Amino acid sequence: MSDQEDDLILDELDDGELVLQMHDDLYDGMADEISEAVHILLKRGWTPYDILTKALVEGMRIVGIDFRDGILFVPEVLLAAGAMKKGMHILKPLLVETGAPQLGKMVIGTVKGDIHDIGKNLVAMMMEGAGFEIIDLGINNPVEDYIDALKREDADILGMSALLTTTMPYMKTVIDTMVEQGIRDDYIVLVGGAPLNEEFGKAIGSDAYCRDAAVAVETAKEFMARKHNQAG
Amino acid sequence: MDLLSRLLNERDWLMADGATGTNLFNMGLEAGEPPELWNIDQPDNIRALYQGAVDSGSDIFLTNSFGGTAARLKLHNAQDRVRELNKAAAELGREVADKAGRPVVVAGSVGPTGEIFEPLGPLSHAEAVEMFEEQAAGLMEGGADVLWLETISAPEEYKAAAEAFANLNAPWVGTMSFDTAGRTMMGMTSAAMVEMVQGVENPPLGFGANCGVGASDLLRTIQGFKAANPGLPIVAKGNAGIPKFVHGHIHYDGTPELMGKYAVMVRDSGARIIGGCCGTMPAHLVAMRKALEETPAGPAPSDEEIVAALGGFSSDSDGTGDAPVAKRVRRRRK
Repeated sequence: MSDQEDDLILDELDDGELVLQMHDDLYDGMADEISEAVHILLKRGWTPYDILTKALVEGMRIVGIDFRDGILFVPEVLLAAGAMKKGMHILKPLLVETGAPQLGKMVIGTVKGDIHDIGKNLVAMMMEGAGFEIIDLGINNPVEDYIDALKREDADILGMSALLTTTMPYMKTVIDTMVEQGIRDDYIVLVGGAPLNEEFGKAIGSDAYCRDAAVAVETAKEFMARKHNQAG
Repeated sequence: MDLLSRLLNERDWLMADGATGTNLFNMGLEAGEPPELWNIDQPDNIRALYQGAVDSGSDIFLTNSFGGTAARLKLHNAQDRVRELNKAAAELGREVADKAGRPVVVAGSVGPTGEIFEPLGPLSHAEAVEMFEEQAAGLMEGGADVLWLETISAPEEYKAAAEAFANLNAPWVGTMSFDTAGRTMMGMTSAAMVEMVQGVENPPLGFGANCGVGASDLLRTIQGFKAANPGLPIVAKGNAGIPKFVHGHIHYDGTPELMGKYAVMVRDSGARIIGGCCGTMPAHLVAMRKALEETPAGPAPSDEEIVAALGGFSSDSDGTGDAPVAKRVRRRRK
């Protein structure tokens, strides 16, 4: 296929080049190369948090943009997320050890009555790829499950997904219940799913409708940044 | 010769049916409840669903078995009832079709497994073939004239189903859903689908697009098929517009009149089997049949004419030909 002599020795690259190479390797879903590069950066004294944000999250951000723009499709994104996961596997314990700041924690699941979960899984993967911690409740979640998980996990974000026009309204039930319990404003509520749109997201009282997994990541980051600013 | 082949030989176009889910929800199906159970528990509702299509002029209707693979039924702990539920779906169809007083094709609906194929996901080719074959065998046993694969996104899944149908020596039709920047969720273009279909060992009687985004996008996909010279009948089953949330209810914005225009435009674009998908009710089908019968064939509509009649596209391009933006140039491998 490609000329072998074009192959790079990752350890010979300087830091800047190596990080750019990692962005490319994430884009191409090359898990082994990502794993190798993470080890190299750790050896060179990078903090786990810098590796996460500057190399992995930034690389996935680029993947997200091309996914949003219809240049990459689900298979490529799954490959990239797989490579990201391999890098995260190395970093995760180190991040905890070093007390690195958390990007945020998200509870996610399809709503009661809805068993379609490919979109939800994709969002979970991309969010993980972006450095968020994900509590995946799976499919068919009644309101209690969402709220229990939000409290138990001390989460920041609730992500709800519905693929059916008949299950979309249940998102409103969940949000209404949160309002009743006086906890709505404690969480960022993001909604998504093929038949939804921005108008619907607003109408039911969510913080935002996210058109696809890439948009979900960007939106979550934006809201988390605002939240941190508020908290000072 | 199977009934669908015979009708395709005799007629320029055939009309398929509309929505299954939308109709069943109107009959009281609860969200999350698998419609396939109604083949046994509420057979009269399923008969009414089929009868609605027949009475509206459909030449083909799809059975209530979209989620009838073990992979989908497992979510309701009904994975052991694949044969029974699919057989019943087709038997009820046979009953309605045989009383129609004209030839009506019972098409055994087969939807996606909902799983992602290896190596990206857990589903192996062999498992997929086995699941499709199990479902298809039930449908054929119940008297389906053809098998009808629909709403597929991954080429691997389309091919696995084709192999399963070949194992049963059953005639089939297979459509995919083009809902992401003109391509399927997994990135397949209309042109690539034609190439794939032409390479299948047991070619379908027809292939095409169903569901997806709105009628405009679907038309562009059909024109993409036609441009690739498929040499096989093209199927078009588009949604009745786009779902809107109005006063707490979901409503598809496509009127019967709009679906009538869509039907004629899609026929003029090269489709020979024309139906609707989500949101398409009997009233839409009646308008489609009438428009198809009363409007003489014309030239394929231009993009501008499509937009003017049916509304805008969801993306600038249909993803065929050169990509609108090239993938990023990478350092290591080009």
